[in-house]
Amino acid sequence: MLQPADVAVAAPLPDIMPPVKARRGFLGFLRRNPTVAVGGGLLLLIIAMAVLAPLLWTVDPTALAPARRTREPSAMYWFGTDMLGRDVYSRVVYGARVSLIVGFAVAFFSSVIGLAIGLFSGFIRWADAIIMRIMDGLMSIPAILLAIALMALTRGSVGNVILAITVAEVPRVSRLVRGVVLSLREQPYVDAAVASGTGTFRIVLRHILPNTLAPIIVQATYICASAMIAESILSFIGAGTPPIIPSWGNIMAEGRALWQVKPYIVFFPAIFLSLTVLAVNLLGDGLRDWLDPRMAKKV
Amino acid sequence: MSATLSTTPTTDSAVSHGSTPGRPLLQVDDLKKHFPLRGGLLGGVTGHVYAVDGVSFEIAKGETLSLVGESGCGKSTVGKAVLRLFDITSGQVVLDGTRIDTLPNSSLKPMRRRVQVVFQDPFSSLNPRMRVRDILAEPIRNFGLAKDRADLDRRLNEVMDTVRLPRDAITRWPHEFSGGQRQRIGIARALAAEPDLIICDEAVSALDVSVKAQIVNLLQDLQRKLGLALLFISHDLAIVEHMTHRVAVMYLGKIVEVAPRRSLFAAPRHPYTQALLSAVPVPQPGAARKRIVLQGDVPSPINPPSGCRFHTRCPYVFDRCRVEEPLLKLALPAHTAACHLNDLPPEQNPLIRDGTPLH
Amino acid sequence: MPEAPLLEVDNLQTHFRTPDGINRAVDGLSFHVNAGETVAIVGESGCGKSVTSMSILRLLPEPPGKIAGAIRFQGRDLLKLSDKEMRGIRGNDISMIFQEPMTSLNPVLTVGRQIGETLRLHQGLSKAQAEAKAVEMLKLVGIPAPERRVKEYPHQLSGGMRQRVMIAMALACNPKLLIADEPTTALDVTIQAQILDLMRDLKHRVGAAIVLITHDLGVVAEVAERVIVMYAGRKVEEAPVRELFANPKHPYTQGLLGAVPKLGSSLTGEETRLAEIPGLVPSLKQRIDYCVFAGRCPKATDLCRKVDPALEAKAPNHTAACHYAEKELMAA
Repeated sequence: MLQPADVAVAAPLPDIMPPVKARRGFLGFLRRNPTVAVGGGLLLLIIAMAVLAPLLWTVDPTALAPARRTREPSAMYWFGTDMLGRDVYSRVVYGARVSLIVGFAVAFFSSVIGLAIGLFSGFIRWADAIIMRIMDGLMSIPAILLAIALMALTRGSVGNVILAITVAEVPRVSRLVRGVVLSLREQPYVDAAVASGTGTFRIVLRHILPNTLAPIIVQATYICASAMIAESILSFIGAGTPPIIPSWGNIMAEGRALWQVKPYIVFFPAIFLSLTVLAVNLLGDGLRDWLDPRMAKKV
Repeated sequence: MSATLSTTPTTDSAVSHGSTPGRPLLQVDDLKKHFPLRGGLLGGVTGHVYAVDGVSFEIAKGETLSLVGESGCGKSTVGKAVLRLFDITSGQVVLDGTRIDTLPNSSLKPMRRRVQVVFQDPFSSLNPRMRVRDILAEPIRNFGLAKDRADLDRRLNEVMDTVRLPRDAITRWPHEFSGGQRQRIGIARALAAEPDLIICDEAVSALDVSVKAQIVNLLQDLQRKLGLALLFISHDLAIVEHMTHRVAVMYLGKIVEVAPRRSLFAAPRHPYTQALLSAVPVPQPGAARKRIVLQGDVPSPINPPSGCRFHTRCPYVFDRCRVEEPLLKLALPAHTAACHLNDLPPEQNPLIRDGTPLH
Repeated sequence: MPEAPLLEVDNLQTHFRTPDGINRAVDGLSFHVNAGETVAIVGESGCGKSVTSMSILRLLPEPPGKIAGAIRFQGRDLLKLSDKEMRGIRGNDISMIFQEPMTSLNPVLTVGRQIGETLRLHQGLSKAQAEAKAVEMLKLVGIPAPERRVKEYPHQLSGGMRQRVMIAMALACNPKLLIADEPTTALDVTIQAQILDLMRDLKHRVGAAIVLITHDLGVVAEVAERVIVMYAGRKVEEAPVRELFANPKHPYTQGLLGAVPKLGSSLTGEETRLAEIPGLVPSLKQRIDYCVFAGRCPKATDLCRKVDPALEAKAPNHTAACHYAEKELMAA
């Protein structure tokens, strides 16, 4: 072996940036995905509030008390009372249940149905043209109008609100899924699976479906947020959740008449609705960055 | 072995002849693939992309045939047609005596096992949501190659060994590997089916120089060890020369020259092949080379030129080229080329007079 | 005393902050480019060659990136200039051509507008003057019917034509330095040959110095005068082109040269099995204070795994960072 006559040592290289502490586990996750953490944390708080509503110093949100109508917020009535004397704080806390149920149910059902239609349409050539024209037709009607029309045809109930908003959201999801499926079909690994003798059904199940889930989950969060807003709008105009059930839309609708003198009746449910929608959207944005494989590859 | 090719389509006779020992493993006859162009309000067909327009070649058992040409010449389409990833427009693809282009899906499966593929991009050729184990087990399960679970594990270990990946890497996800390692996984997936022919579609083009050498060496070793035939689709002539037995040069949907390696690199008989060879930059500073720089760009395959498709860029073009399409003709032993210049006496043929652009 | 170099990169460090560590993409790189000279920076993906070119033009986002060291262009340290002063240099004194012409041209502007824009910005030409100059530039880079082509949009041109337009744009303001980052990698060989010929030809006519960033040793051999080999963010070897190919000193360079097959090898009978460089490039997120190539080097010893070799002259004008590269006798 050669021996170097004299060893030339390179000058040491300085650090030009402070070192990054690579945190693993939960803390590391928070650091890398602050949006997921903030959005998810806020949403968890609101879910906890809805679930634990009876324990959060609430009273019966439907109990009428004409004697205590339209009280200002105070130590006794945190958010005041409405024109029928009901405690606005209790109504807002319980109202979270309706918004969350509607948001999650619509997100779930429209994703599942949209996924099925999108996969079918992306894989069956002859069906594609027909299905997509139907979806185009549905999409040309504003979602909220479609929901109002459907609500007009049915009896007001939370179930029907979910159904109405789901019908309006399905075309969006199916379009998204179809687009993803069409691009996945062109992936070399799908060609390789065909060459490996994999049948169409298994290709959809093993190679296409798992790769559509990330964009669908992200889309589902946006649908969840928009469904909550849609529910409030429907309730606000009296075409949604029946007035007997406290929902943020209903509370705002009832406070509408007194908006100029007693703004707090509208203000508190509106704040909670905005916070919830913000939480869900933040979570969606964070998930998009986190689940996007291209982003992951760069880091 | 004869490399004579005919541009006239043969009849179904290829299917009928039995197990002749000298029969090629793969025979492609007058393969055409035209992709319809849709447009207008009603989505009607407004034209065709003549991606592959009458290509014939054959590959013997254990042989490497390289398909070279520039982007858009149709070489990858030929590979996909042989894999039957789509139906062809016309022509025949015959694998070991069985015509596979018309085979119904139900009886195609055993034939599929015999032709496998390795793609260019090591990132998009592996499903990101499947573990290496599942990726490799897929062909083994589909073709029913493993007797039981123990046999499956034995086979999986064997292919991992063959492509020189550590056995315990099998439980990992594709994104945990580097580009070169992923390409090894792609090769392992192809090998798991125990094929006779592997189509390497630019299989080493996307890799870094040092990794490329590893994969090229691996493919060469595998071919020797397993007696595999390779259809090596590439635009990299230096790698092709290093790997191949025979070369077919494609230009705009047609094969313009087919020859055994040495014959092609020593005595190209088509001006396009000459230009390609002269255009490759060689890692040898100051190497004195005659460079034929082609003018202009490759014409569109939607509206290919009349006569010889190369006539718009050919430095030797003459009147006949613009009207009459040259056929592949024997120019040297086992060496065919489609160029009218080869009909001239040798002393007048500039392709012979000027010799190879390589030294 | 020789003339000061046009560009002098001194101990360049470009680091990026990532969630799991500092990526030391370029670490301690020094080189110079003389006026009118063509220098190639060659290396595999991730070696820091493209980051180097982006650092010179300060096109990297800071943060998460940080550039340290000095980049002296005509004596001025580019890292100390204001953003406004830097804009006056980019596209004017130093211009760049990229690998993918389609993504670096604006799809909604005609070719003439894009070339003209630079001229109007940097040289204050009128609209008509800029248009006339654009036609002249297209003619210079060998685009047929330039009067018609100036009015076309990038998507109407082929890949080779787009790269010519990029070159025309880059040369419009008579830059003193042209940085070409993989200018022919996305092109087919026959088109690559056209573009390389064009670059060689223009070099004689325009006289700009060129920094050519590439992974293709063939392109290096054809175009460059001097070569810098990069590995894992460092310069491991530098030599005039003929010297480097004939007499590589660093085991990495030797490995690279052995790993490429040579066209025509089947005719000369010098076919050999390609040399492999085993293993992988080390992670740049860890500080390496020994030889960066030690993990893959066939000759590595304990010394290599402990002590970082300095770049030293091993032959006239030829430096390498390897403890074991033999030194040829030089005139004392």
